[in-house]
Amino acid sequence: MAVISVRNLSRKFGDITAVDNVSFDVEEGAIFGFLGPNGAGKTTTINILCTLLLPTSGKASISGYDCASQPSDVRKSIGVVFQDSTLDKDLTAYENLLLHAYLYKLKRAVMKERIHDALHFVGLYDRRNDLVRKFSGGMKRRLEVVRGLLHRPRVLFLDEPTLGLDPQTRANLWEFIVKLPRTQNVTIFMTTHYMEEAEVCNRIAIIDNGKIIVAGSPDELKKTLGGDVVYIRTSDNRRARREIERLFNLDVSERDGEIYFTFARGDACIPGIIKTIGETVQSIRVQRPTLNDVFLKITGKEIREDALSSGDAVKEAVRAYRRRFDRG
Amino acid sequence: MIEVNAVYVLVVREFKKLVREKSRLVSALARPVLWLFLVGGGMSRFVTPGMGINYMQFIFPGIIGMTILFSSIFSSISIIWDKEFGLMKEILVAPVSRFSIVVGKALSGTVVSVIQAAVILMFFPFLGIKLNFPAVLNTILIAVLLSFCISSLGIIISTFYESFESFSVIMNFIVMPMFFLSGAMYPVNRLPAILKILSKLNPLTYGIDALKHSILPNSGMADFSIITDLAVLVIASVVFVLAAGLLFERKK
Repeated sequence: MAVISVRNLSRKFGDITAVDNVSFDVEEGAIFGFLGPNGAGKTTTINILCTLLLPTSGKASISGYDCASQPSDVRKSIGVVFQDSTLDKDLTAYENLLLHAYLYKLKRAVMKERIHDALHFVGLYDRRNDLVRKFSGGMKRRLEVVRGLLHRPRVLFLDEPTLGLDPQTRANLWEFIVKLPRTQNVTIFMTTHYMEEAEVCNRIAIIDNGKIIVAGSPDELKKTLGGDVVYIRTSDNRRARREIERLFNLDVSERDGEIYFTFARGDACIPGIIKTIGETVQSIRVQRPTLNDVFLKITGKEIREDALSSGDAVKEAVRAYRRRFDRG
Repeated sequence: MIEVNAVYVLVVREFKKLVREKSRLVSALARPVLWLFLVGGGMSRFVTPGMGINYMQFIFPGIIGMTILFSSIFSSISIIWDKEFGLMKEILVAPVSRFSIVVGKALSGTVVSVIQAAVILMFFPFLGIKLNFPAVLNTILIAVLLSFCISSLGIIISTFYESFESFSVIMNFIVMPMFFLSGAMYPVNRLPAILKILSKLNPLTYGIDALKHSILPNSGMADFSIITDLAVLVIASVVFVLAAGLLFERKK
């Protein structure tokens, strides 16, 4: 069952269309990744889903509640970790969680226990009475994630959760996040512009210039590239080619004494090959396409370099518009 | 419509932070003390308000009003900061009505302002002013009302700005004129007509006038009746808080 449903959603800031006729569904218990360069429309979409922004047109709903007309029900169903920290740095870890518990009207009886569990869960129990100001980037992020989960939401939004963290902390945080659907019974909606991080998602949608350009599981998306490339070196390449072409019904090429072919899941074809021509095989290697390759193929550009700078330009324009709007 | 839990936790948060950062309290008190003793002390050499009241005594209610003005406006426009870098988004995605958030923030500003105003009020014996306990209590109650009113006004201001760069604009074009046109430093009834009208539109004028009633009773220094003062403050508070609640809704 879809816990998030978005239909023909658009949001304009003046002349700029930040989100352009976007539709997608997120299934219960999934990790859904919203990918794209900076300024592609990820944060605007999250802000609409989180009831901070009204859409210009289209519909978005969470748990069946409409994000525009039933904000209070939506807010009860979601937890949010924003791109910039929203912890109060002058309060302790415990006080930040307590504040959250009050805002979400948790029962007094469960409040203390849940906060203690949450602090234990992220290994911050011993630091509970320290001001958040003294925490490292990774500690703050972990605290924000458990704060977002404290009221047992159905959906947890993570907007660029690993931005500004060092590689080791990023890896630890991912390890922690991928466990959440199972341990906390929550659906995760996350955005990132690190393609490699999106590999952990069950489903991803790639957004560029406000439009979803492709959606599917990471494996499906890579399949659009024709799949993995499998390279095999054998003692009898002619026989190997014939056998493999017959076995998988595809074309096999040869180059530099190595035969190779494209296969949806390169690793899955290895057992078949071993069974038929195993005695002649000298080496097999499988080259997996990355999501970066997918983005490159569809948009014709790298997600980082020029995509990033043009995205930043859009972001700047949106900011300028909002400033003007706010004054006028 | 008002969620007590949310209002309560917002006020407690502000109080905790205030107690924790005593330096913030001390530096906030420096401004009114300087105005009272340096400006007031200097001016009292050649300004005599009459009725047996010296200039420092005359501006004392105005200085308390000033303490409230600055601290309430600062506390409220910190929302601008909070929207960009702080807790505000966390509060805005919580299942709490915008109206409760506004009331919670206005009361937070009130708590901070009243504590500061009370500290300044305690200077009265050094100025040769005699206040009994009921007069002190009345003054505090007026301070509560005025603080709530100005804090709500500050929240309205905060909704018009997206970044903290606007800070000096707010200071120079809103806060300072409000202070000068409030009767804090000189009686407004002798001002030119246009400034007199502006000062009558300024809620701070009525707050300071009410403080003059409670701190300098029967001195003839107040311009309006205490009933007028309190009525204006109550009506302005209600209007401001409702307007702030509406303005706090999501952007179209």
